[in-house]
Amino acid sequence: MSQSPPGSNTAAAAHSPAPVGGVGGPESPPTSNRAAEFAPAAWDADPDTDEMVLNMGPQHPATHGVLRVELRTDGEVVKAARPHIGYLHRCFEKHAENVDYPGVLPYTDRMDYVAAMGNTLGFSLAVERLSGIETSPYVNTIRVVMAELQRIASHCVAVGTYAMDIGAFTPFLHLLRDREKILDLFEWTCGARLLYNYNWIGGVSHDLPDGFVRAGRDLLREFDSVTWPELVDLIIMNKIFIKRTAEVGVCPPELAVSYDLTGPNLRGSGPPRDLRKDAPYCGYESYDFEVGVGEGKFGPLGSCFDRNWVRVVEMRESSKILHQALDRLETMEKTDVHEKVPKRVKPPKGEVYVRSEAPRGQLGYYVVSDGGINPYRVKAKSPCFTAMSVFHHLARGMMIADIVALIGSLDIVLGEIDR
Amino acid sequence: MDAKAIHDKLVGRFGDRVTGADLEAASPFATIATEAIAEVAAFCKSEPELAFDNLMCLSGVDYPKADPPRMEVVYHLLSYRHHHTFALKVHVPRESPSVPTVEGVWGVANFHERECWDLFGIAFAGHSDLRRILLPDDWDGHPLRKDWQDPDYYNGLHVKPTAQMAERAMGGERIGVGPFDFTPPNAHIEEG
Amino acid sequence: MQLTHDLIVQLLPAFAEWPLWLRVAIAAAVPAIVCFHFMALGPLVYVYAERKISGFMQDRLGPNRVGPYGLLQTVADAVKLLFKEAIFPRGVDRRLFVLGPIMVNVGAFLPFVVIPWGARLQPADLNVGVFYVIAVSSLATVGLIMAGWASNNKYALLGAMRSAAQIVSYEIPAVMILLVPVMIVGSLSLQDIVAVQEGGLHNWLLFRYFPLMPVAFVIFFAAGMAETNRTPFDIPEAESELVAGFHTEYSGFFFAMFFMAEYTEMFVISAVSSVLFLGGYLAPLPALQQIGPLPLGWFWLWFKAWSLVFVMMWLRWTLPRLRVDQLMYVAWKVLLPIAFALVIAVGWFVLWPVTADGFWWDRYVGWPLTLLLVGFLFVVMVRALLWNRARARALAPQAGAP
Repeated sequence: MSQSPPGSNTAAAAHSPAPVGGVGGPESPPTSNRAAEFAPAAWDADPDTDEMVLNMGPQHPATHGVLRVELRTDGEVVKAARPHIGYLHRCFEKHAENVDYPGVLPYTDRMDYVAAMGNTLGFSLAVERLSGIETSPYVNTIRVVMAELQRIASHCVAVGTYAMDIGAFTPFLHLLRDREKILDLFEWTCGARLLYNYNWIGGVSHDLPDGFVRAGRDLLREFDSVTWPELVDLIIMNKIFIKRTAEVGVCPPELAVSYDLTGPNLRGSGPPRDLRKDAPYCGYESYDFEVGVGEGKFGPLGSCFDRNWVRVVEMRESSKILHQALDRLETMEKTDVHEKVPKRVKPPKGEVYVRSEAPRGQLGYYVVSDGGINPYRVKAKSPCFTAMSVFHHLARGMMIADIVALIGSLDIVLGEIDR
Repeated sequence: MDAKAIHDKLVGRFGDRVTGADLEAASPFATIATEAIAEVAAFCKSEPELAFDNLMCLSGVDYPKADPPRMEVVYHLLSYRHHHTFALKVHVPRESPSVPTVEGVWGVANFHERECWDLFGIAFAGHSDLRRILLPDDWDGHPLRKDWQDPDYYNGLHVKPTAQMAERAMGGERIGVGPFDFTPPNAHIEEG
Repeated sequence: MQLTHDLIVQLLPAFAEWPLWLRVAIAAAVPAIVCFHFMALGPLVYVYAERKISGFMQDRLGPNRVGPYGLLQTVADAVKLLFKEAIFPRGVDRRLFVLGPIMVNVGAFLPFVVIPWGARLQPADLNVGVFYVIAVSSLATVGLIMAGWASNNKYALLGAMRSAAQIVSYEIPAVMILLVPVMIVGSLSLQDIVAVQEGGLHNWLLFRYFPLMPVAFVIFFAAGMAETNRTPFDIPEAESELVAGFHTEYSGFFFAMFFMAEYTEMFVISAVSSVLFLGGYLAPLPALQQIGPLPLGWFWLWFKAWSLVFVMMWLRWTLPRLRVDQLMYVAWKVLLPIAFALVIAVGWFVLWPVTADGFWWDRYVGWPLTLLLVGFLFVVMVRALLWNRARARALAPQAGAP
């Protein structure tokens, strides 16, 4: 994204507008200095005031990806914050129009690369709704198992890196130890650790191997008895952690709903809205689990601590669901996982918007089909994108150290925001 | 409330500004006249029986082959109170499209409308800060349109090198970089 | 210095004839050089220890490739840093940029002059020992500010300002607490302070006026940790906020110097705490003070300082960091009032003839508490070992597992 600076001595006319679509010949490409025209107006701090413009730049250890936050601060207190996104934009929606429906699935994996199972699940559900495909209970149970394992793994990263941002380095490694076990299970099943292309339209790509249920149970046993209690003791109930997070970044529920915060971000502010309960898919209605909500135990309701607490509780609830699903897998009748996968995916003309509960919130896919083998339009509404939209509102008035706490508590992944 | 009841309510309030509907679709929607969308959105949010307090998604779609050619802006609404969803659509022409903003109704529309402007070129009248969000600030054009063609150059760099260029590069020629000024931005600062 | 003089006279009888200024110069320079070299090699060991300790706490191994058990890791790191290009970013103030790390190191190493390793094993026994320690350790602050300012970098400046504010704020409770042992002993000289604690563990200043002195120790230790910018007080170098704080722009050898200074300061704070509260070079039991003709004082001081360094590392890898205003709150509204109260209370007790030698229960508190602590640590370690072994056994055979 580098442009030549305004005062430079470029040969060609520095301000000649480049034609739309680019028609410059191969010998003399038009030099563009358009950046100067697009400098956001009236945001540069007046040098006579005490305010400082500080850039938490795209390269930063704590912005969870390539996010640029422009802060206007008065000493340590932030007067205004402006996030700049788009550094990881990879033109997912344009690609989706040029490949066929199964070909879109690997692209969706790469949006939220930390929790990839949920992305393919959402898109598969959308296309299955369009095509009228109903998957068997066995496939649904596998999907639930994978989604909940992915939820635990994703929250391990979220809570671990959040603790690291606050300054405690150890819980990150303890949680990643358990995440490694989950990724080992994924690798055993489908060969990939991070980007699986697992949930196909009409089924899943690989059946569960023999011994998966036992390995899953071993993992959960250690998670339930050691990792989760240690996490709560070591960092969540730590006085310093509470002081850093429980009064910071308070988001009232009306603001959360208006800015479309979903998932743990919304539940941290109070409303117990979980898509797995409100509009269940894949058989979630048959599992017994609670929905974690922020309780405002140590500060105002809707603080960073509450959002983080919801994630911690969700890990425990996912473990509950997993126990039930693994029990079912043992006795359930196994069907062929490719049985309903069509040879050629050609949904009838129409459009649908389907949402699913990804670890970061409600992931929505708006799929428009014109009857052909490529989708006409795929729009992915990522939960982190809307979470960033409320950032400038919450960041006013906090200190620079709290900005880091806020970003971490919203649990953003730039791959999903930028697509 | 089911889709039919919601549609009836809208028609009852706005009459013929609700220009169409498809209630049998997988995600039922109603088409609204472009100038009325802000009013309809406010009504959807404030009316107690509708109570659409959440804008789930705002997408643009390009239909150059439709008759007449048009672009659509699709609003997917959700009511947390009543647990129902609905969609609203707005048709805009493909040349200088403009839609009133719904930023005042749902705060999340700020980001969604910026993205729509960025990728489709649909201007949202009344938006507080309509500028590009995903693409670089100095990008030309709106790529998600169906008639988009990649430019040859961006800031002096070849966007899509051809096979002949690759051959010339292997022969040692300096390919793919235009007259680029490598002066760093802080060149004016004196050496300490 | 006297000891060195005597040693040299023993080796070279003619030395006693040399002019006074020359004798003083040599007798002062030799222990300074020896002490400095010993202490400068310290960071090599501390860095390795920190990485291994943090590794084990985080359920991983730490360095184990370079040399047996990774013992040569720090040597490799030092060699790497020495060979790295020392980058001078555009716009830095060169003189201050270079002077910053130097000042910080000066502030870190100077206190070693008065740390007693034995009855006469001390580079210089200043009769204002405690005062001297406080004075010279403040030089490090100046170096930090120089480093932050000269870097031509907003982040570095922010880090340096935070650091300066933090160090200055935490010096006040630390200095107040330093008055407490001085009041009990009646002298600023570190040798005198150690001499008062003679006789065994129950005589250590940590157990006088129980429970006032343990509180004083905790406050001094916490304030000392804040002075060295260790978590939970490491806001100035908060990795996740300011990249690396005041030493963002430093690379290569200068970065190594900051590192060296930080670890040396940790050892200084631990050593001073040990001298003031834990008996310095005295053994817990007088019988362990010597092995034949070999005095073990240096070993005991080294052991105590090392335990406190281990505690610092332990806290670093357990606790998150305090935000800068919370840091200030703790210094000014929590530690300082308690320190004031302690000074007044202990001062009163010292002056009152009834308690001039401590409370009557002081003598009986030392050994039970220590044995309890050691026993508890022992039990924890044994349980951890057993748990580890059980887990290894449970995980080993996994039929059909990947």
